[in-house]
Amino acid sequence: MKALILVGGFGTRLRPLTLTLPKPLVEFCNKPMILHQIEGLVKVGVTDIVLAVNYRPEIMVSLLKKYEDKFNVKITFSVETEPLGTAGPLALAREILGKDTLPFFVLNSDIICEFPFEQLRDFHNSHGNEGTIVVTKVEEPSKYGVIVNHSDSTCIKKFVEKPVEFVSNKINAGIYIFNPAILDRIELKPTSIEKEVFPKMAEGSQLHAFELEGYWMDVGQPKDFLTGTCLYLSNLAKKQPNLLANPACDYVHGGNVLVDPTSKIGKDCRIGPNVTIGPNVIIGDGVRLQRCVILEGARVKDFAWVKNSIVGWHSILGRWTRLEGVSVLGDDVTVNDEIYCFAALK
Amino acid sequence: MNVYKAIILVGGPSRGTRFRPLSLNLNVPKPLFPVAGHPIIWHHLEALSKIKGLKEVLLIGFFEDSIFHRFIDDAAREFPKINIRYLREYQSLGTAGGLYHFRDEIQRGDPQQIFVLNADVACSFPLKEMMKFHNTHRGLCTILGTKVAREVANKYGCLVAKPESNEVLHYVEKPESFISDLISCGIYLFDCAIFNEMKKAMQNKKNQVDQDQFMDHDDQLRLEQDLLRPLAESMKLFVYVTNDFWRQIKTAGSAVPANALYLEQYLETNPERLLKKESDGPTIVGCVYKHPTAFVDPSAKIGPNVSIGPRAVIGKGVRIKDSIILDNAEIKANSCIINSIIGWDSKIGTWARVEGTSITNDQIVITQNGVKVPSITILAKEVIVRDEIIIRNCIVLPHKELKTSCHNEILM
Repeated sequence: MKALILVGGFGTRLRPLTLTLPKPLVEFCNKPMILHQIEGLVKVGVTDIVLAVNYRPEIMVSLLKKYEDKFNVKITFSVETEPLGTAGPLALAREILGKDTLPFFVLNSDIICEFPFEQLRDFHNSHGNEGTIVVTKVEEPSKYGVIVNHSDSTCIKKFVEKPVEFVSNKINAGIYIFNPAILDRIELKPTSIEKEVFPKMAEGSQLHAFELEGYWMDVGQPKDFLTGTCLYLSNLAKKQPNLLANPACDYVHGGNVLVDPTSKIGKDCRIGPNVTIGPNVIIGDGVRLQRCVILEGARVKDFAWVKNSIVGWHSILGRWTRLEGVSVLGDDVTVNDEIYCFAALK
Repeated sequence: MNVYKAIILVGGPSRGTRFRPLSLNLNVPKPLFPVAGHPIIWHHLEALSKIKGLKEVLLIGFFEDSIFHRFIDDAAREFPKINIRYLREYQSLGTAGGLYHFRDEIQRGDPQQIFVLNADVACSFPLKEMMKFHNTHRGLCTILGTKVAREVANKYGCLVAKPESNEVLHYVEKPESFISDLISCGIYLFDCAIFNEMKKAMQNKKNQVDQDQFMDHDDQLRLEQDLLRPLAESMKLFVYVTNDFWRQIKTAGSAVPANALYLEQYLETNPERLLKKESDGPTIVGCVYKHPTAFVDPSAKIGPNVSIGPRAVIGKGVRIKDSIILDNAEIKANSCIINSIIGWDSKIGTWARVEGTSITNDQIVITQNGVKVPSITILAKEVIVRDEIIIRNCIVLPHKELKTSCHNEILM
């Protein structure tokens, strides 16, 4: 099978992290974001992955080469010379996506969930129509475009943008599976799949909704990145608690703490809930961490306090610093002793 | 031998509003607020105790008598050569009204010269230099002056002096426009003949009242406007200019910079009063005062410019700088206190942060949306700050328990 991942642009919403690494390589829960998706795709038997990008950082090429070997999968870059929207990249990758009659997956690169590709494929094959959209339920549908099904059917009737009155609480989760036939609907020009392609497919009753179970989050910006981290860790606590730090461990507070084994943690710390600590991180004594992400090689010195924030690679947080309010430190940032940062982007 | 006396003008409770919320602890009026480990006016007494022939210090104000009992008892032991008494005005008589009212008491024993010190200053008190200078001129009064930044000069009493003789030509209290960057420090040396001038000033006032049917006569007399100004006009006022430290302690927050000034003075004059670095003790940065009964965990880092009061407990991994920690306060592990005053019996939880903003001159008030933003964070008596809370640029009134973080607020 084949898959296309819509990576898109520079990931400006996740700056300053994306000033250093392209967004797909930023570690989400100690693993590059795109690897969460590649692993899921490989598991269901995908052998061809196309990354639709409108820039081509060399750093991505070399890293993904490594994954090609590791997972025995072919990864191709499809580089847009102008941004082609969410549908255009399918046309650009027509040769790969249309090389056989098997359906292919398409996904937005910012999505975090349990990626139920297997069930999605089976569902798609069972209805036999052209496309399936994964949908997720949200509490406040009025903020999104929602999807309305034909009654008692998975077949999509229509899309309603930011509904004033309640019609549905299901929204597009940014994960799809299509038959190659969809390629005939898309020209090689900037096109929105949501606005220009899906409504027509729905009109012809060619589009079905697959309901996602469990958590879902678009982690394209820091606030949501942190929320997504909480969701992922909570799910991990249920499904694979052995991957998390033992809640009986003296520094773990409230659980959901993911610690890379190469990191070091000082004494009298209180860490958690919802913390990820990357490789080679050094945490000093008396440090308090909660709802935060500490990326590779960072150093958090004694008595620092971090909440709702991301500490970038190799950054240094001084003693008695306090970081909160969705502060994001990029690569190699030093915060001097005793400094207070609220909602700081550095 | 010449005999001297000194008066410390301590004011009274109604004038302590700017010192809120710390003045809300009625047992500790502003003149007794501890700075560098001692009440504000203790520093005045210490300076006065070094003047040969100074036999008596009178505190004049309109606080309850009982307020100063304990302080006077303690001071009498510490400064055995001086007799210390509190004279209570029956009502607020203005900055010179008390002096005039108690003129007989002050002149008893026939002192040649009288020092008059405002309570609300932190100063190196160059009293001997003032005396020396006083004896070189024929004026009735030597006023201690200092230069301040032009922008803030109009918040004080401004002096214009003849450069060669330091004779004061003009004195204006808090002028609207710029007059001079030389200001009065609120510290004076008077000849006893000053009481004749006071009598004249009182008479002048009475005459004005008699001519003006809308004014009532009272016993109020203002040192600055009613006395110093006419003295300047009759060329009897001289200024001794100091380049040493001086700072007004008007607001509660200004106790923090005053604390720093006295601690730095200790380093010069009495280094034994400062907490020493010891290999198994806490990390000390710059000048720190710790009361012998206070406890500081060896893993804490303290200073510069920190005073820790009696029986205060500073926990593991605590960081304190530019702050005053008052009696019985407890700072729990890993907390950080910067530019703050932690009130009596207050409790700060673990990983909490209490932080103010330092200002170089407390006369410049920062306003935001028309609201004064307090710069130094002040926790009054018995305030509780829960674990992991941050309190930033806040003034917190007594007995509050803070369960959520607060920024730029006055917490009633």
